[in-house]
Amino acid sequence: MSSEGISKFDLVIAGVGGQGTILASDIIGKAAVKGNMSVRAAETHGMAQRGGSVVNHIRLGCELGSMIPMKGADVLLALEPSEALRYLEFLSDDGTIIVNTDPILPVTVTSGLCTYPDVDAIISKLEETHKVKAFNATELAKEAGHPQSMNVVMVGAVSNYLPISVDTMLECVKELVPPKTIDINAKAFEMGRNIAQE
Amino acid sequence: MSTREYMLGNVAIARGIVEGGGQVISGYPGTPSSEIIGTLAGMKERDFYVEWSVNEKVALEVAAGAAMTGVRSVVTMKHVGLNVAADPLLTLAYTGVKGSMIIIVADDPSCHSSQNEQDTRRYSQFSLIPCLDPCTPQEAKDMIPYAFEFSNKVQMPVIFRPTTRISHGKSDVELGPVNETRPAAEFVKELERWVMVPKNARVQHPHLLELQKDILNELENSPWNSLELSDGAKVGVIASGIASVYAKEAIIKQGINASFLKIGTYPVPENKIRTLMENSERIIIFEEMEPVVEEQVRIIAQETGSNVEVIGKLQGPVPRIYELNTDICSDVLADVLELERPDVPAEVAEDFDYDRCRIDLPMRPPVMCPGCSHRSTFHVMKKVYGKDAIFPSDIGCYTLGIQSGTVDTTLCMGGSITVASGMYQAGEKKPICCSIGDSTFFHTGMNGLLNAIYNKADITVTIVDNRITAMTGHQPNPGMGKLVTGEETSEVDLEALCKGLGAGFVETADPYDLKQTEEVFKRAKEYKGTSVVITEQLCVIDAKRSGIRRTPFTIDAEKCTGCRLCVNLGCPAIEFDTNTRKASINAMCTGCGVCAALCKFDAITEVKK
Ligand code: SF4
Ligand code: SF4
Repeated sequence: MSSEGISKFDLVIAGVGGQGTILASDIIGKAAVKGNMSVRAAETHGMAQRGGSVVNHIRLGCELGSMIPMKGADVLLALEPSEALRYLEFLSDDGTIIVNTDPILPVTVTSGLCTYPDVDAIISKLEETHKVKAFNATELAKEAGHPQSMNVVMVGAVSNYLPISVDTMLECVKELVPPKTIDINAKAFEMGRNIAQE
Repeated sequence: MSTREYMLGNVAIARGIVEGGGQVISGYPGTPSSEIIGTLAGMKERDFYVEWSVNEKVALEVAAGAAMTGVRSVVTMKHVGLNVAADPLLTLAYTGVKGSMIIIVADDPSCHSSQNEQDTRRYSQFSLIPCLDPCTPQEAKDMIPYAFEFSNKVQMPVIFRPTTRISHGKSDVELGPVNETRPAAEFVKELERWVMVPKNARVQHPHLLELQKDILNELENSPWNSLELSDGAKVGVIASGIASVYAKEAIIKQGINASFLKIGTYPVPENKIRTLMENSERIIIFEEMEPVVEEQVRIIAQETGSNVEVIGKLQGPVPRIYELNTDICSDVLADVLELERPDVPAEVAEDFDYDRCRIDLPMRPPVMCPGCSHRSTFHVMKKVYGKDAIFPSDIGCYTLGIQSGTVDTTLCMGGSITVASGMYQAGEKKPICCSIGDSTFFHTGMNGLLNAIYNKADITVTIVDNRITAMTGHQPNPGMGKLVTGEETSEVDLEALCKGLGAGFVETADPYDLKQTEEVFKRAKEYKGTSVVITEQLCVIDAKRSGIRRTPFTIDAEKCTGCRLCVNLGCPAIEFDTNTRKASINAMCTGCGVCAALCKFDAITEVKK
């Protein structure tokens, strides 16, 4: 867990290059500043962006470095199920996992080099050790109007946990998504927020 | 109104350049440094000149020239780029500057996207040019206006060394005022200073050494170094740059009573180190990469006859490889101070045991994009030259072609053609076909091509021309006829350029047209001497941004025999179902049509509207 004098809330966002992890982390980072909180974040750039596995760290109320120590995160937000497992070492023992159950197959799988584990097996594995909120965020995003809003569904879901007001969060969603998609994303945010409350 | 903004470290650095009144900014893209110039070029109201140069040596010389006229200049690059610029750098230390000049060199501990993890502070020691080492994006921004002032005061360039976690970290940043004064450019002839013939250089070298005292005195008391002596502490911790926030967190976390010296400048603050030494029995040093500070501390300890115990990288336990983090610092502190070990020792992090999860995760390596033209170039290249041919390559997106079996070497920017030549001249009999991107070719590939042709190397040089510098984030280059600001400029004719360098065989192919590309490669292979094949097709990301829409393709399951020919192409949009033994195409398809040309059973066709 985030500790006193260092950080108020530590969040790890895991996903695949192209899923919009940076936008998700930007919404939260910007909202934190609006909420008058210091914030540190680290993200994956360059090589790894091209369809590779990516991880972002965000520390709210933190004046030090952006990297969350092992077993330090309060929440692990996984935009893809296998990526939740890949970065599990960052989550504290009493942390929560919010995970999108819609898998993205890496080329190693599509070309038959590796196999992709059964999604249900991944979820039950995660549940053995942690609190888990699992749902198909991609489907929800489609319902909201566009599958690409999946990252905003996930931001909505994690908003239940962050020390930032919902209004500020929603305001930042609207500021950062393309103007034409504001309504879709506002809806996506609400849907994510609701499903993680259940 | 709040002047606090959430921004990327590189954006904060760009802001620092604006606040400090930068006037001429040049650079060559390289992760993690690229966004600095990108940000400056994107600013609407701009009262500075900004350019992407063709390589780091050129960029550094442009900035140096500007600073010789008395203005404030900046050059940006990544650590390996400084090797390219090392030649002018070392002499620039002798001449110094008249205005101000900041040399921004981003280091990449852990090689997140680099071919080595060299430490730029070594160049600072080597060249005797002072260096600033920020610990947060905020400090990075604040250091830049200071660096301009300082550089002007001592009439020397200043190296500024952010690391990946600063450049690509994000944070809330408090903005400062913008310096509105703009010294006018005026070059004053001073032959003894600007013309480094031996007679003048001999005089400048002692001057440079003399200057070190002033530099040290100035930096010692700058805000970037701070010493906190703690009552009753027997342990002193020294940490520099970003390692200082990691070390601080580890100290707080474990509730250790230690004096703390934070270092942000080189030469290091010797007096502060001496004071800490007098107040400690043991000193533990954390710094990213090489033991630069540690060596200085050991020298000072020897000079002063201090018997303080110095603990760092040289005899362990602080690792000299990869990047540091809070866990490593915690672990080292626990080890040295014989505290209870923290929850998760750093070794666990090193090789996190996935078996612990008892689920095998598929590897997810970065790959070339769906529809990337490099993939088809490599496919044809391998077909024509054969599996046993040698394929030296270079640095760019196409390095990801390692999965296609057509990247056998990657040494440095521009190293593909020269390595290929060397292999041929050594007597290698196998066919040699190297690959290099357009931007890399303009960077340092041209010289290699000239050399290969002149010395009669019988090799094929493939310029994979996607009309942009894609890997570092889509910067324009001389092949595009566009400046960083979007303004139009003359466009280089690659074919004419290669012919001008003396190439007897130069042909251009469209890599989406497999047949045509194959024929061109066959002719190139036949050609005795250095042949040049240019495979030209827009980067798919860039094509999409400029509004090009192609119809995606689909696979007719009836016709698909499961031969896997298309799957072996390695396009992320093609999937293979091991149960039904059929291939299919997913939503990522960009409609390049290359797989359709491969299928012998006509199973792949455009999606019907
Ligand atoms: S047409 Fe084929 S090779 Fe090209 S992007 Fe689509 S699936 Fe990939
Ligand atoms: S090349 Fe044609 S037949 Fe072979 S797997 Fe691909 S679609 Fe099926």
